Parts: sequence; C-alpha cells; structure tokens
Amino acid sequence: MGDNGAGKSTLVKIIAGNFPPSSGEILLDGRPVHFHWPTDARHAGIEVVYQDLALCDNLTAAANVFLGREVRRSFAGMFRCLDNAYMYQRARELFAELKSDTRPADLVRTMLGGQRRAVAIARTRLARARTVLMDEPTAAISVRQVAEVLDLIRRLRDQGIAVILISHRMPDVFAVCDRIMVLRRGRKVAEKPVAQTSPEEITGLITGAIERVP
Amino acid sequence: MTTEHTLVAPRSHPERSFGFGARLLGSQAFWASVATLIICVAITTISGTVATYENVFNTTRNFAFIGIMALGQTAVIITGGIDLAVGSVMGLSGIVFGLMMTSGYSLWSSILVALAVALACGAVNGYLVAYLQLSPFVVTLGMLSIARSLVLVVSNNRMVYQFGPDEELLFALGGGGLFGIPNPVLVLVGLTLVLGALLNFTAWGRHLYAIGGNEQAARLTGVPVNRIKLSAYLLSSLMAGIAAILMIGWLGSVTNALGLTYELRVIAAAVIGGANLAGGEGTAYGALIEAALLEIIRNSLLLAGVDPYWQGTFIGLFIIFAVLLERVRGKRDTALFERIRGKRSG
Ligand SMILES: Nc1ncnc2c1ncn2[C@@H]1O[C@H](COP(=O)(O)OP(=O)(O)O)[C@@H](O)[C@H]1O
Ligand SMILES: [Mg+2]
Repeated sequence: MGDNGAGKSTLVKIIAGNFPPSSGEILLDGRPVHFHWPTDARHAGIEVVYQDLALCDNLTAAANVFLGREVRRSFAGMFRCLDNAYMYQRARELFAELKSDTRPADLVRTMLGGQRRAVAIARTRLARARTVLMDEPTAAISVRQVAEVLDLIRRLRDQGIAVILISHRMPDVFAVCDRIMVLRRGRKVAEKPVAQTSPEEITGLITGAIERVP
Repeated sequence: MTTEHTLVAPRSHPERSFGFGARLLGSQAFWASVATLIICVAITTISGTVATYENVFNTTRNFAFIGIMALGQTAVIITGGIDLAVGSVMGLSGIVFGLMMTSGYSLWSSILVALAVALACGAVNGYLVAYLQLSPFVVTLGMLSIARSLVLVVSNNRMVYQFGPDEELLFALGGGGLFGIPNPVLVLVGLTLVLGALLNFTAWGRHLYAIGGNEQAARLTGVPVNRIKLSAYLLSSLMAGIAAILMIGWLGSVTNALGLTYELRVIAAAVIGGANLAGGEGTAYGALIEAALLEIIRNSLLLAGVDPYWQGTFIGLFIIFAVLLERVRGKRDTALFERIRGKRSG
C-alpha cells in the first residue's frame, strides 16, 4: 500500500523487468535474479496486471491476451505463422474460467471496464505463474466485480501462487492479504502480518503520521 | 488455416457479430475499390480512351512504383510513424544503381548494392526513431534532405542513360512483362500478397499493429518494440530501392530528379488506402488499390486535357479528403460504441 506517487507502480515495473533497478537486488527463492526484459520475468514465473491494464485497443481480446507471446506453428514446414484458432480457443477457456462474458474475437476498443480487466487478468493465467503482481486491480470497478477479483486472488493463493496486491482500498487488503507492506516516497516504511496491524496504523504509515515501524 | 478468425480486424469494425458484409461496408479499402471502378467506367464512357490496352498497360505500370513504396509506408504508418524519406532514398539508391551499371558491373551486383544503399538509409531512420526515440517526422525529413543532396553529390549532376553490358536485361526487367502484364505490376501484386500475409498471419504483423495501438502496452508485454520499428523503416526503404530499379529499367535513364516529391504520392496512397496516421490501422491491399486510384485519376485528368500543373492540387485535396473521411468515420464509430455500451450496461 502507499499514497499516490509513492512508487508502487514503479516497483512493479522493476520487478517485471520493464525498468532496471538503480540499486538493490531481487531475490527469487533466495537467489538473486536480473531481468532485462519483461520476458525474463515471465520465464521466472512472474506475471503482472498493470494499473492501466496495458491493452491495445485496436486488437482483439485474444490478441491482447497473447500479446508478446503469440502461439505460432509451422506452416508448409518453414513459415511460422500465428495459430489463431488455438489462441481463440485458449482465450475463450480463460474467460470462462474467470467467469467473464468477454468474447475472444471482440476488439478491446469496444469493451467495458470489467471485460478489459478480464483480458489483462487472463494474461496471467497463460503460463504456470508462481507470482502474480496486481497493480490496483480493484480501482474503478463495480462492487460485484471487486468481489470477483478478490475471489480470484483467493483462488490463486489456494493454488500456491504468491499474489502481490497493490491497492488503495483498505477493506480489500485486509480481506485477502497475509502481509502488508507500506511504501512512502519510494521507500518501504513497514512490513507486517495483517493480524498484527490495523487499518488505523496502516493509514498512519501511508500518510506519514507514523514515521515507520520496524 | 483458420483465416476467418484474423485476430487483427482490418479496421473500423467495432463488432464482429455484424458479420462479413458489414465489415466489408465499413472498410475504406472496399470503398476505394468501388470509387476506382466507378471512376474508370466514367472516364471510359466519357473519353473512350482509358480502356485501350496501351493505356491500361501504362497506367498500371505507373502506379506500380508508387504502390510498391506505399506498401512499405503502410508498415511504417501502422506503427504510428511516417517515412518522408522514401522519394529521396529512391533517388539515391537509383543513382548508385545507374552509376554501377554504367561503369560495367553486372545487373545483379548493381541491384545488390542499390538495395544495400536503400537499407542503410532505412537503418539510420529506424535506429534513430526506434532506439533513440526521436520523432519519425523530423528524422525522416532530415533523411529526405540528406539523401537528396547525396544524389547530387554522387551523380555530380550527370544523367545516366547507358547501362553497360547488362542493359538489355535491365530494360527487360523494368519495361517488359509477362502475359501482357508489366513486370512492375507483377512485383507489386506479389509484394502485396506477401505483406498482406505477413501482416495478418505472423507475430511480426501483430506486433506492428500492437505498437501502433499502444506502444507502452506493447513494451510492457514484452513485444520487441525497437526491433519491430526498425524493421518497418528498413522495409520502407527497401521498397524504395526496388521501385527505383524497376523504374530505371522502364525509363531507360536516371536523373537526379528520380523519386522527387514521391513521398507525397506514396503517403497519400497509404493514407487513403486506410492506414491511420495515428497508428494501429492499415492494410496491404488498401495501399495497392489507392496507388491505383491516384494514378487513374492523374491519368484521367491528363486525358481530359487538364493542365498537368494542377496535379499537385488534386493529390493534396485527396489527402485532406481522406483524413476528413477518417474523422467522420471515427465519430461514427465512437457513436456506435456508445450505443453498444449503453445497451450492455442498461
Ligand atoms: N524509488 C523511487 N525513487 C525515486 N522516484 C521514484 C521512485 N519510485 C517511483 N518514483 C517516481 O515517482 C512517480 C510516481 O510513481 P508511481 O510508481 O507511479 O506511484 P504509485 O503507483 O505509487 O502511485 C514516478 O514519476 C516515478 O518515476
Ligand atoms: Mg500506480
């Protein structure tokens, strides 16, 4: 958690291999890792739902789900062409799994907020992810959709996938998280198990009323 | 192959459920084809000259050069860029080609060097635009000036009209034909098919559209944005080189005016063919049909006895008209989306 401009999204992008860290290191299973490209992070099992969802409006839902990792097959033994049939099928399954009414062949341009989010979330289900980062996935959507996203987070947890949830909404965080970390002005000021803290303390840490906790 | 599910919808079509007919009616390339046909028929009935074999042969060959370059331009425009340098690159690679031929090199080695020169220009454009993230407009405007000036430097203001031992071969390449179809047209059709397939069925094509649609998203999802952009500028310059060689074979001479102001006609063809200057839209077929349309109109004006000085005015009006059309269509589509959204949430 953290105030607007605290550096949450930037941290997400560093972990996802979009920006190089100016200092510090990323440990995965205790081993230091270096990601130069988003694909590096993906190979290490890290998937991201970006705050602005990172969708191309002019492409279909399925094309967006597979963006950057299109499934190809050999054609006439030499040309590697897109396997659109497979990608549509897989996207349809993923949307069904997410209980979304998104249709794989629709252009993202024509979609509503919840459907757009489903497209971005479906991406994280393509590969065998071990860590999923979600940057404000519950911002600006309806109450029912928030419940669905939280439900999804619980399902991911039950599958043994680590979820890093970035959110402004205190109730969401306390509903699904095990540990809370607070970021202020680009620095970590607290990291506590949910059971040992309270919304009041977290609010204080976010605003700076409480300087930091060990 | 499942071609019915092309993940990149050609353009302008908000909802697949409207079906093929509606998609066709919504496509700019379709309307351009209709316009081309109508104009052809109109001119034929008025003057009775267009339909002669001679005239068709000439017209189609004329537009082939512009069409070939419009294909490369379309790829660049899909990424949200623009290549203003194509005319000058055509001139430079053409003059290098002419000088090599005239000093006795074989056709094939001359072609190789000419295309290498074109690719070098494209590499500079692409590198500056993709890796240093400079504005495509400014970079290619600079290249337009540089390449044109190099044409003068290299040619020393000479005209080349003797092409050494392989002269006959060159003239056959540019001026000849197969089954009554001029070679440049065959090349254009072939390249259109190839580019069309690349755009629709490969990851490269998908990534071009993705970059034009939302470059940031493409980067975040791991699309090799810089490499793909570079490739688009390389393609555009390569097409200019190919057009130069074919045109020289047809004209039988090279002057330092080769390709002068062609960028206008090339960009016009690409844009009227449905490539959106804002990026993310465009088709190979659209570029071809529009190059044809422009040339037919130009030809018709000539036949109708209109002073050739007016040509630039008409091409300019056409570009503006195409962009205007884009705007109107954009508005209409937006209204449509609103209605769809209203229905779904209501
Ligand atoms: N550790 C940091 N040091 C310096 N500047 C940072 C740091 N983290 C983020 N920033 C800058 O702060 C601004 C807001 O960051 P952002 O990650 O979008 O915040 P948030 O997502 O928490 O609202 C950005 O301009 C970013 O470059
Ligand atoms: Mg943020």
